[in-house]
Amino acid sequence: MNSSSNLQHGNSHASALDSGIFFKAFLGLLLRDLRVLTREFLPFLLRVGMQPLLFLFVFTFILPRMGGGNPLAAGGGKTDFGTIILPGLMAVAIMFSGIAAVALPLSSEFGITREIDDRVMCPLPLWAVALEKVCFSAMQSIIAALLVIPMAIYIPAVPVRADISNWFLLALVLVLASLLAGSLGLVIGSTVNPRQIGLVFSIIVVPITFLGCVYYPWAWLDKIKWLKIAVLFNPIVYMSEGLRAAVTPSIAHMPWWAILTALVFFLAALGRWGLKGFLGRVLS
Amino acid sequence: MIVEIQHLTKIYESKLRVVAVDGIDLELEQGEIFGLLGPNGAGKTTTISIATTRTLPTSGTVRIAGVDVVRHPAHARRHIGVVPQFNTLDRSLTVYENLYYHCRYFGFSHGHARARSLELLEQFLLTERKDVYPAQLSGGLGQRVQIARAIAHRPTVLFLDEPSAGLDPQSRMAMWSAVEGLRKEGITVLLTTHYMEEADSLSDRVAIIDHGRVLALGTPEKLKQTYGAETVFDLKLKSREGLEAAVATLKARPDVRGAEATADGLRVMAVAQDGLLPDLVQEAARFGLRDLTIAEPSLETVFIHLTGRDLRE
Ligand SMILES: Nc1ncnc2c1ncn2[C@@H]1O[C@H](COP(=O)(O)OP(=O)(O)OP(=O)(O)O)[C@@H](O)[C@H]1O
Ligand SMILES: [Mg+2]
Repeated sequence: MNSSSNLQHGNSHASALDSGIFFKAFLGLLLRDLRVLTREFLPFLLRVGMQPLLFLFVFTFILPRMGGGNPLAAGGGKTDFGTIILPGLMAVAIMFSGIAAVALPLSSEFGITREIDDRVMCPLPLWAVALEKVCFSAMQSIIAALLVIPMAIYIPAVPVRADISNWFLLALVLVLASLLAGSLGLVIGSTVNPRQIGLVFSIIVVPITFLGCVYYPWAWLDKIKWLKIAVLFNPIVYMSEGLRAAVTPSIAHMPWWAILTALVFFLAALGRWGLKGFLGRVLS
Repeated sequence: MIVEIQHLTKIYESKLRVVAVDGIDLELEQGEIFGLLGPNGAGKTTTISIATTRTLPTSGTVRIAGVDVVRHPAHARRHIGVVPQFNTLDRSLTVYENLYYHCRYFGFSHGHARARSLELLEQFLLTERKDVYPAQLSGGLGQRVQIARAIAHRPTVLFLDEPSAGLDPQSRMAMWSAVEGLRKEGITVLLTTHYMEEADSLSDRVAIIDHGRVLALGTPEKLKQTYGAETVFDLKLKSREGLEAAVATLKARPDVRGAEATADGLRVMAVAQDGLLPDLVQEAARFGLRDLTIAEPSLETVFIHLTGRDLRE
C-alpha cells in the first residue's frame, strides 16, 4: 500500500515494486469481474447453454427421428450430423460468449455512464486493463465450449464420435480461440456505440458464424471454390477447424499447423485493433 | 511541490480548433485545498483530465508527487484520487463493493480492503446503504460514495471536478464538510467549480481561469484585495431630487471608491463599511430610503473585474 508521504519514487528503482502492484491490480480487476459474473451465474449458463442445447435437440434428436425423406434421418448421411457440428457448436459458443463478455459490457461502460473510469484509473498500464477484459472473457468462452461436450454426448439420437486424444492441441486451440473471440469483442465494444451493437450483431457476428464452417467441415466446400477461398478470411473458420482437429479428428479438417498459424495471426491482428480502439476510447 | 503543472496546453484539433488549455502553470503545496474557478468551457475538466492521466497534453508537463503523468501514468495513478464531473460508480457493484474492489485494484489484500471499506462507509455515513446499488442512490449520496472511493487508496492528491454540481444546498454542505475533513488527513485537494462561494469558503488558494489561461492566483482574501473587490451598497430611494450633490459628497470620502445614481436610487462602492453605513443611511433618509442591499466583496466581483463578464453568463 502506498502511504501518502511516499514521495521518493524515482523512476529507476520502482520497477521491481511495480510488477507486484501490477499483478495485484490485475487480480483485483479479475476478482471484480468474477464477482459480477457469479451474481449472474444462472443467466450466464442459460445464455451460453441455450443455443447449443436447442440446436442439438432439433438437429440431432428430433430430425433423425422423423425418418421419411429427411436427409438428417438416422443412418441417412455419410456421417452423423452430431459429430460434424460438435466442434462447430463449440466455436459458436466461444464466439458468442466472447462477444457477450466483452463487447456488450464494454460498449455500455464506455457509454454515458463511463463506468469503466474507475478501472481505467487503477495503477495498471491501459493495455493491461484491456488484456484483463479479454482474459476474463476467454475464461468464460472456455467454460461455454466445454459445456457443449456433455450436451453433445447425451442429446443426439446417434452417439457423437468424439475422440479427444490430443489434449495438448485441444487446450491450445481452446485458449487461442477464446482469446481471439475476446479480442473481437474488444474491437466491437470499443468501436461500436451501444445503440448500434444489435445491428453489428446481425450484420457481422451472425454472418461470420454461419459462414464459419460451423455446420460442415471446410474440406466439404470443394464444389464451391470461391466460397472455400473467401471463408479463409473468416477467423471463425479456424476456430471450428481447430476444434474439429482436436475433438473429432475422424472428420476432415485443415492441418493443425495451418490452423494454429491462422489463429495466432488473427489473434494478433484483432488484439492490436481492439487495443487501439480501447486506448482511443479511454485516452483523448 | 506535490503537484507541478508547467506550460500546459491542450488543443483539440477537430472540425474547429479548440484551445482548451492555453499555457497553464500551477503549483500545489502538500495539504492545501486549491480551487480552480472558471466559467463553462474554461478548461477546468481538461486540466484535471490531463493531470489524472486521462487526456494527453499537447505540450507541457504535469508531475504528481514527482511522477510525470505522461511518461509514467500507471505509476502516477497510485498518487491520484479522482471524483469526475459525472457519476462513474460501478453500477454492477454495491456501494460496499465499489469501495472494496477499488481497494483491490490498488493492491490491498482482502482483509485490508474490507477494513478500509467499512471504515470509509462509517466516515461518510454510508453504513446503512452499504448493500445498495449506485442506481438507487440520490445525487448527494452518490457523490459521497465517489469521494469515499477516490480517497480509499489514500492518494496524495485528490481531484474533485465540480463536486457540488447538481447537489441541493444540504448535500453541498455535507460535501463541503467531507472535503474539509480531508484536510486533517493531509490530502492535497484540487477542486474545480464555478460556484464562487465554494471556491471562497473551501479553498486555501484559488486560480481564476478563463479560455484556458490563469487570470489570477492567490488566497481568496488576497484576490479580493488585489483586484479591488468592493462592498456594493444599493439604495432604493423615493425621491431623486438633489441626488447629484449627494453623489459628489460621497465620492469625496476616502473610503468610497465610486458612487453613481441609478434608475431607482443610488449605488455606492466602498472598501470598508464601518462608519460608512450609518452615514449612508442618514444621507439617504433625506431622499426617502425604501430599501438597502449590501453585497460583500466576493470572488464574483473579482471575476467580473478580471474578465468583464459575469461568472454565470
Ligand atoms: N474531447 C474534446 N474534443 C473537442 N473539444 C473539447 C473536448 N473536450 C473539451 N473540449 C473543449 O475544450 C474546452 C474546455 O472544456 P472543459 O471541459 O475543460 O471546460 P470546463 O472548464 O470543464 O467547463 P464546464 O464548466 O462546462 O465543465 C471547451 O471549449 C470544450 O468544448
Ligand atoms: Mg468541466
